[in-house]
Amino acid sequence: MSEHDVLNPKEMPLNPEKGTLEGRNKFVGFWFFLGGETVLFASLFGTYLALNDSVNGGKTSEELFGLELVFIMTMILLTSSLTSVYAMYHMKNNAFKKMQIWLGITVVLGFSFLGLEIYEFTHYIHEYEFTLRSSAFGSAFYTLVGFHGGHVLFGLLWIVSLMIRNAKRGLNLYNAPKFYIASLYWHFIDVVWVFIFTVVYLMGVL
Amino acid sequence: MSTMVATKKRSFGSVLWDYLTTVDHKKIAILYLVAGGLFFILGGLEALAIRWQLVKPMNDFVSAGFYNELITMHGTTMIFLAAMPLIFAFMNAVVPLQIGARDVAFPFLNSLGFWLFLFGGIMLNVGWFTGGAADAGWTAYAPLSTTSPGEGVDYYVLGLQISGAGTLMGGINFLVTIVNMRAPGMTYMRMPLFTWSAFVASALILFAFPALTVGLFLMMFDRLFGSGFFDPNMGGNAVIWQHLFWIFGHPEVYILALPAFGIFSEIFSTFSKKRLFGYSAMVFATVLIGFLGFMVWAHHMFTVGMGPAANSIFAVATMAIAVPTGIKIFNWLFTLWGGSIQLTTPMLWALGFIPTFTMGGMTGVMVAAASADYQYHDSYFVVAHFHYVIVGGVVFGLFAAAHYWWPKMFGTVLSDKLGKLTFWLFFVGFHLTFFIQHFLGLMGMPRRYWVYLEDQGLDLGNAISTAGAFLMGLGTIVLLYNIVVTQVKGEKVSGDPWDGRTLEWSIPSPPPFYNFKQLPLVRGLDPLWIEKTEGRKGMTPAEPVNDIHMPNSTILPFVMSVGLFIAGFGFIYQKDNLAWLWVLFIGMGITLGSMLIRSLKDDLGFHIHKKDLEKEAE
Amino acid sequence: MKEWMGKIRTLSLFSLMVLVLSACGKDNLTALMPKGYGAEESFKVIIISTLVMIVVFLIVMIIYVYVIMKFRQKKGEENKIPKQVEGSKTLEIVWTTIPILLLLIIAVPTIAVTYDLADESKKEDSININVTGSQFWWHFEYAEEQIQTSQDLYIPVGEKVYLNMLSSDVIHSFWVPALSGKMDVNPDNENTMYIEANEEGVYWGKCAEFCGDSHSLMDFKIVAVSQDEYDQWVEDMQNVDPEATPESTTAQEGKALFEQSCLSCHALDNTPSVGPNLSNFGDRSMVAGVLEHTKEELVGWILDPAEKKPGNGMLEAPYLNEDTIGEEEAEKIADYLMQLKPSEITPESAK
Repeated sequence: MSEHDVLNPKEMPLNPEKGTLEGRNKFVGFWFFLGGETVLFASLFGTYLALNDSVNGGKTSEELFGLELVFIMTMILLTSSLTSVYAMYHMKNNAFKKMQIWLGITVVLGFSFLGLEIYEFTHYIHEYEFTLRSSAFGSAFYTLVGFHGGHVLFGLLWIVSLMIRNAKRGLNLYNAPKFYIASLYWHFIDVVWVFIFTVVYLMGVL
Repeated sequence: MSTMVATKKRSFGSVLWDYLTTVDHKKIAILYLVAGGLFFILGGLEALAIRWQLVKPMNDFVSAGFYNELITMHGTTMIFLAAMPLIFAFMNAVVPLQIGARDVAFPFLNSLGFWLFLFGGIMLNVGWFTGGAADAGWTAYAPLSTTSPGEGVDYYVLGLQISGAGTLMGGINFLVTIVNMRAPGMTYMRMPLFTWSAFVASALILFAFPALTVGLFLMMFDRLFGSGFFDPNMGGNAVIWQHLFWIFGHPEVYILALPAFGIFSEIFSTFSKKRLFGYSAMVFATVLIGFLGFMVWAHHMFTVGMGPAANSIFAVATMAIAVPTGIKIFNWLFTLWGGSIQLTTPMLWALGFIPTFTMGGMTGVMVAAASADYQYHDSYFVVAHFHYVIVGGVVFGLFAAAHYWWPKMFGTVLSDKLGKLTFWLFFVGFHLTFFIQHFLGLMGMPRRYWVYLEDQGLDLGNAISTAGAFLMGLGTIVLLYNIVVTQVKGEKVSGDPWDGRTLEWSIPSPPPFYNFKQLPLVRGLDPLWIEKTEGRKGMTPAEPVNDIHMPNSTILPFVMSVGLFIAGFGFIYQKDNLAWLWVLFIGMGITLGSMLIRSLKDDLGFHIHKKDLEKEAE
Repeated sequence: MKEWMGKIRTLSLFSLMVLVLSACGKDNLTALMPKGYGAEESFKVIIISTLVMIVVFLIVMIIYVYVIMKFRQKKGEENKIPKQVEGSKTLEIVWTTIPILLLLIIAVPTIAVTYDLADESKKEDSININVTGSQFWWHFEYAEEQIQTSQDLYIPVGEKVYLNMLSSDVIHSFWVPALSGKMDVNPDNENTMYIEANEEGVYWGKCAEFCGDSHSLMDFKIVAVSQDEYDQWVEDMQNVDPEATPESTTAQEGKALFEQSCLSCHALDNTPSVGPNLSNFGDRSMVAGVLEHTKEELVGWILDPAEKKPGNGMLEAPYLNEDTIGEEEAEKIADYLMQLKPSEITPESAK
C-alpha cells in the first residue's frame, strides 16, 4: 500500500483502525500499554488502601467525602464513555462529521468532569485544609485521584488535538487508528474511575 | 541506502546525525551496546573500589559516605544501566531477524526508549558532580532514602523514572513486534528460544515496571513535595516502598535472566549441532518462570515482620521456581548429549554458565527457606547468591551473546584466542570473588558494610574476594582489547560463520537496513537448518521482490528525552528555589511539544523501490 | 529424629569446616556455630537444604562432565551431523517430579521452623524488652523491671527473652548470628522476636539493614549470664544512683563537666534519653559498640566522635561547636564514666 493509498483510501474497510500494519501494531500495542496502566493503578490503589486510615489526627474520609457531587461526576464520565462509543461507531461507518460531533460531546463532558474534580479538590483544601501534606491519607488520596485526573486531562488534550488536526481532511487509514486508540484510552480512564468511585468514595463513606 | 553509504567514507557529523536520528533496530542495538558497555565499565570500576575498601579490616581507602554512594551506584548502574540495556542491545539486534521481520513494530518508540534510558542513566550519575550521588542502596529503602540529605536520591528517583519509561516502551515494542510481525510460517511454536525469552521478558517488563514507576512517584512526592507516604510521623508506612520495589524487583531478575537463558539455548544448540532438546518444555518453563516471578516478591522481605503464614507461603512459592529452572538445566544438558560439541568462545561461556548458575539456583532455594533466610538475609551470603545469578547467569550470557552475535552485528569475528583468555580470567576471578562470600555471610558479615572490625575472622575471605574481583577486571580489559583489535583489522565474515540454525544467519553480516529483501518462508523450528539439510543454500522466499516500506529517521525521540532530562533538574531544585519551576516547565514543554508534533505531523515512512532492490543485488 | 539430625549436623559441620580451611569464623559471632535456640533451628534448615542442594549439584555435574568428555567434536568429524532429537516426555516428567519431591524435603522443616520461631505463646510470662534502634546505637528497656540500658543487653541463659523492636529513625535489623536470625526494626510497626542463649557468653550483635554512614559500626552485645547473676544484675540496676559521688577528684570534676555538657542527652538512671543510657558505662564491653573499652579510646571518642563513627548523633552535641571540652576535660569525663559500675555482674561474669 503506498503512502497515497493510506491517506486517500479508495474505500474504507470495515475496521479502518486495523486497515494497515501500523494500525494493527497500534491496536495490539495499546492494549498492552493498558495492561501496564492497570498495574500502575493497581499499585496506587494498593497504596491507598494501606494508608486510608492513616489520617494523622486530621480529617477522615467519612468527614470529607459527600456522595452527591461524586455521583454526578461518575454519571458524567460514564456518559462520556458512551458518547465515545458512538463516535467509534460512526468512524466504522466512515461518517467523519458525526464522529467529530460525538467526540466533541465526549470532550465537553470530560472537561466538565475535570472542572468538578478541581472544584472538589479546592473545596477540601480551603474548607478542611486537607492537602497532600496533611497526612499519609491525604498524600494517598490526592495521588490516586490526581493521577486519574491527570490521565483525564491528557486524554482530553489528545482527543482535541486529533480533532483539530484532522478536521479538514476527514478519515483515512492513517488517522483512524489514532482516533481508535484515543477512544480506548478514554474507556480505560472511565473504568479506573468506577474503581475510584467504589474504593475511595463509597468505601470511604460507608 | 545505508548499505551503500557504508562503503563510502562519511564525515563524523553525518555519522553522528545518522545515529541521533536512527530508527533502525540494528543501529539502536549498537547504541544500546555502546552505552550499556560504558555503564558496565563504570559499574565495574565502582565494584573494584568497593572491593579495594574491603581488602583489609578497618580500611580507610574511601570515606563512609562515599562508600555508600559507591554501593548504591554500583547496584543501580549494573542492573538498570548495564544489564538491561545490554539485553536490549541483543534483543534489538536479533529478535526482528529471528522472526523474519524487516523492522520492529514501533521504530519511533524503540528509538525513544533508547534515548530515555541514556538520559535517565546520565541523570542518575549527575549526582556525583553536585555534592554526592544516591547513597541509600540500590533498593533505596525508605525512610533512609526519603531522609537522605542532598540531591543524590533525587537524581536516583528521576533518573530511574526516565530510564524506566524508556524500558517500558522497549518492552511494548518487542511484544507487538513478536505478535504482529513474524514471517510467513513462523508460528509461536517455531520461534527460536531467544525470541521466546525476549517475549516473556517484555511481558514481565510491561507488568513489573509500572509498580516501580508508582514507587518512584511516591518517593519523589515525599522527597520533593512534602507528602507522607513513607513518613511514620505523618502516618505513613515505610514498608509500602519495599512491596512496590520488590513487586517490580523480583520480576526484574527474570527480565534479565530469561533472555540470557534464551541466548544460551541458541548457543548450546548451534555449537553441538543439535536441535534444542525438549523445545516445548523449554518454552513452557520460560513462561512458567515468568508467571511465578510475580508471585514471590515478598521473599525479599522475610525479616520485615510479615508473620509466619506469609513467610511460609512466599517460601514455598519461591521454591517452586526451582522446578522450571531445573527443567531448563536438564534440557540444556541433553541438548549437548549426543551432540558434536565445539568449544568456541560463546560455547565456553555457555558451559561455564551451567555449574555457576546451578550454584546460584541452589543458594536461591536455600535463601527461599524463610527460617534459614533469617540468617542469610542482608548478609554476604545473599550478596554471593545474587551475583551467582546475575553475573553467572546474565553477565555470562551477555559475554556469550557478544561473541556469538558480533559477526551479525558488525560483520567481523572477535578473536577466539583472546575470547578464551577473557573467559578464563573472568570465570576464575568470578568464583574467587563470590564463592567465599557465602561463608563470609554466615560468619557474620552483613552486606553494605563499609568496614569490618579486626579479629572477626573475616580478613582472609575478604582479601581473597578482592583478588578475584581484579581478575574479573583483567578479563574485561582483554575483551575491550579484543574488540579494538578485531575492529581495526576489520576482516569481514560471511553471513553464517557458525553454521547457524535460525533466520538471522540466512542474511548477510551485517544485514542490509531492510533485513530481508524477500520475507522468508518458515517451515519449522530452526528454519535455516531445515533448508540446509535439504541441500539449499538459504531460505525459500515467501514473496516476490517487491517495494519495501521503511520508517523515516527522526530527531524527535532525542529531543523528547532531552526535554525530560532538563525537566528533571527543575523537579529537583524547585525544592530549594521555586524559580527552578521554570526549568521544569521549559523541559516539559519541549517534551510535550515534541509529542504534539509527533501526533500531528504525518509520518508515513518511505518505500524502497523494486528497481533499486534489484539494482543493489547486481 | 534428634539423633539422626545430630549425626547429619556433625558430619556436615565437619565438611563445612574443611571447606573454609577449618574455620567457621569467630566464636560467638558466626552463625555456623550456633549457641542459641533460633540459630540452631535456622542452622538445621540450612544444613538440610545444603545437603539436598549438594545432591542436585552432583547429579548435574556428573551429567555435565560426562557430556563434555564424551561428546566433544573430534578431529576429522567436523562435518558429522549428530542425530536431531526432539526431546523425551519420560525424561521431562522425571526431572519435573524428582525436584518437587526434593523441594518438599526442604519445605516441610522450613515451614515448621518458621512457625516455631514466630511463637509468641509464652510472651506474657517471659522477660520482655523494648528494643529501640537508632542511628547508630541500640537501646534496651526492660519493661517490667523498669531498667534502661544501652548497647549491652543482659539476658539469663536458657530463657526465652522477647524483644519488642521499634526504630526511632530509619529501618535497622537486629542480628546476633550466634544466637538467632535477624528481624527488622521498623519505624512504624513493632516487631517481636525471641532469643534464647544456650550457654553463657558475650555475643556479637550487628545491624543488618543498611541504615546510613555508620551502618557497619552499629554493633552491640548480648551478655548471657546465669539466672542468679541476671537476678542480681536486675536488682543492682534498679537501685542505680545517678547522684553517687565518685571517689577520685578527677572523676568528681568529670561528674560536674558531664552534668554540664552531656546530661541533657545521656541518662544515668532508668529514664529515657536522647542518647545512649550510660548508667553502667564502666561495665560496658566496648566503647561506642566498636572501640576497645579503655579510657584512651573513650577520650578519643569524646574529642572526635565523627572520626570513629561518621554521621552519628553526637556530632550535634553543642560542646563540639563551642569547643568547651579539651583533652583535659575529656579525660576527667572519661574517669567519671569509667567508674560507673553499679553492678558486680559484668560481661566478665559471662565468660
